[in-house]
Amino acid sequence: MAQTVFAPWLDADEKPLIEFKNVTKRFGDFVAIDNLTQNIYAKEFFALLGPSGCGKTTMMRMLGGFETPTEGQILIAGQDMAGVPPNKRAVNMMFQSYALFPHLSVAENIAFGLKREGKPKPEIDARVEEMLRLTRLTKFAKRKPHQISGGQRQRVALARSLAKAPKLLLLDEPLGALDKKLRQDTQFELMDIQEKTGTTFVIVTHDQEEAMTVASRVAVMDEGQIIQVATPADIYERPNSVYVADFIGDVNILNGHATRASDGYDITYAEGKAPLHAKTTNDLGENSKCALAIRPEKVSITAQKPAKMTNTIKGKIIDIAYLGNLSTYHVEIEGGHMIKAQTANTTRLERRSFTWEDSVWLSWTDTAAIVLEG
Amino acid sequence: MRRFTLISVPYVWLAVLFLVPFVIVFKISLSDTALAIPPYTPTLDVSSGWSGIRAFFANLDFENFIFLTTDDLYWKAYLSSLQIAALSTLLTLLVGYPIAYAMAQAPDEWRPTLMMLVILPFWTSFLIRVYAWMGILSNEGFLNQFLLWTGIISEPLTILNTNTAVYIGIVYTYLPFMILPIYAALEKLDSSLLEAAEDLGCSRLTAFWLVTIPLSKQGIIAGCFLVFIPALGEFVIPSLLGGSQTLMIGKVLFEEFFSNRDWPVASAVAVILLLILIIPIVLFQRNEQKQREAEGQ
Repeated sequence: MAQTVFAPWLDADEKPLIEFKNVTKRFGDFVAIDNLTQNIYAKEFFALLGPSGCGKTTMMRMLGGFETPTEGQILIAGQDMAGVPPNKRAVNMMFQSYALFPHLSVAENIAFGLKREGKPKPEIDARVEEMLRLTRLTKFAKRKPHQISGGQRQRVALARSLAKAPKLLLLDEPLGALDKKLRQDTQFELMDIQEKTGTTFVIVTHDQEEAMTVASRVAVMDEGQIIQVATPADIYERPNSVYVADFIGDVNILNGHATRASDGYDITYAEGKAPLHAKTTNDLGENSKCALAIRPEKVSITAQKPAKMTNTIKGKIIDIAYLGNLSTYHVEIEGGHMIKAQTANTTRLERRSFTWEDSVWLSWTDTAAIVLEG
Repeated sequence: MRRFTLISVPYVWLAVLFLVPFVIVFKISLSDTALAIPPYTPTLDVSSGWSGIRAFFANLDFENFIFLTTDDLYWKAYLSSLQIAALSTLLTLLVGYPIAYAMAQAPDEWRPTLMMLVILPFWTSFLIRVYAWMGILSNEGFLNQFLLWTGIISEPLTILNTNTAVYIGIVYTYLPFMILPIYAALEKLDSSLLEAAEDLGCSRLTAFWLVTIPLSKQGIIAGCFLVFIPALGEFVIPSLLGGSQTLMIGKVLFEEFFSNRDWPVASAVAVILLLILIIPIVLFQRNEQKQREAEGQ
């Protein structure tokens, strides 16, 4: 059975839920958001990813109504949000610190937003009960926030922000305070809840793994601008710039000069070396300076020069990082460049084929590397 | 053993500085007044041995406490003190809360300065500051001169020697005790809680009622007790700023001691005052305990 791929951003007829139109936000002289235009669609799980200070939190706070844009327009469901205070928006936010009310119990925290709507009590109780079940907190309903664990607090915050069934849920580093194992479990839980409730989620994170796991689309930000918006796979496999390639995962960057070849480019990265070849449809234009980005796991490492590979480089193993399931070899190629190659540890450690100071050959196919403007 | 020594220090301190004086005052309250030095009988005469001690205890009785119930001056004074203390605590809260709130909202670099301004009055003598209020509130005082000058009033207001002056004096004197605990509670308040409240549909005002006030409750309670307890036994303010109709137990106590030289009755008044104060003090301690538990997590 063919599954329909969820990709409303490819459909020209689809109305976006959120529209940023030339939004600029300045704090004094500091430009937090720089002339940003972006659409986000209903039911998306949209991740804003970037280093601290890149403007991702400001973007989210503008959606919540806690900051107003200096210039430009933000539309939610077609309505201009200028001048609409946070309490009048069908948007709820899950705060980084969770911001649970310490004087209220778990159930009262979840009921807080519902009570403000003035709904009848049985209706509120039923909704709180439903939220408690959804987040598996029924047992803790009567506890105060300081009497439950960090992971439970995180779920209370989520339940509270979902209780009013908002059109849009904003999550500010929702898993930042959890330890790694719990974080991974919670990521899947978040996706599950997002699917069950059909709410649009916008998540802010600096953890690229988290963004890759949960999001339908990831926006990589830097200095108040979105550098690339794409699905996690595209962001990883087809980054549009050295910045994105470098920010997401591990990457080897070789700077060089590109010359057009039949189906892509030949790249000379050092004097007197055979050029590397990369298949691509990217067009560098007049610019011949380029950067070749290769993921470590796409680089093979062999003792003998492989016969069929397009790109081969000789080098010497300087360092080995043993990660359990994987090993990363740091290989110095002639000319002093260091290239990382990653292999899965399919055999026992004692039977590893390479060790420090070994001479090896690195190789990759002509589609493994990406040619980027350097 | 070391632990025992450590714990015994505060207990010895309490015994010497609280329990011993209290026992002495309590003993005097059970004595009879006399024209002697000290002005009461009996005094303990250890030289005549066991019979002397027995005679001493035989002469102690509760008639001074019974006397307090026969003259309505005393219970009226207690009641009026409670009323004045309660009302001035409320007034201090109404003045102090906005100040503490403003301090907590002020930029970080201003806070030490604001804090110092609140504490600054403590650097001059309390008595001098109350005298200064006499200068401000009297018929020819600064306040009346100013109001006459602006034309708001044509006749000077009589404020000094009334209960109003007593309220002003108490609010002024005890304001820092109200501000500091409330400020401490408000300063700890995480501003994202207010954003969360707004996000969930509260206006700024409802967020204040539902989040800020409940979360500063411990500070409010602490501040109220810190004002109420000393205000109840206040003597200097009612005697300097109050008039003849201002009835406060501290003043009665002073008059019994120094004008009537009736130490036994004065001591009985003091013992009853202490018993009345024990209730709010115990409540205050329980509030502090609860707060520590809540923060202890």
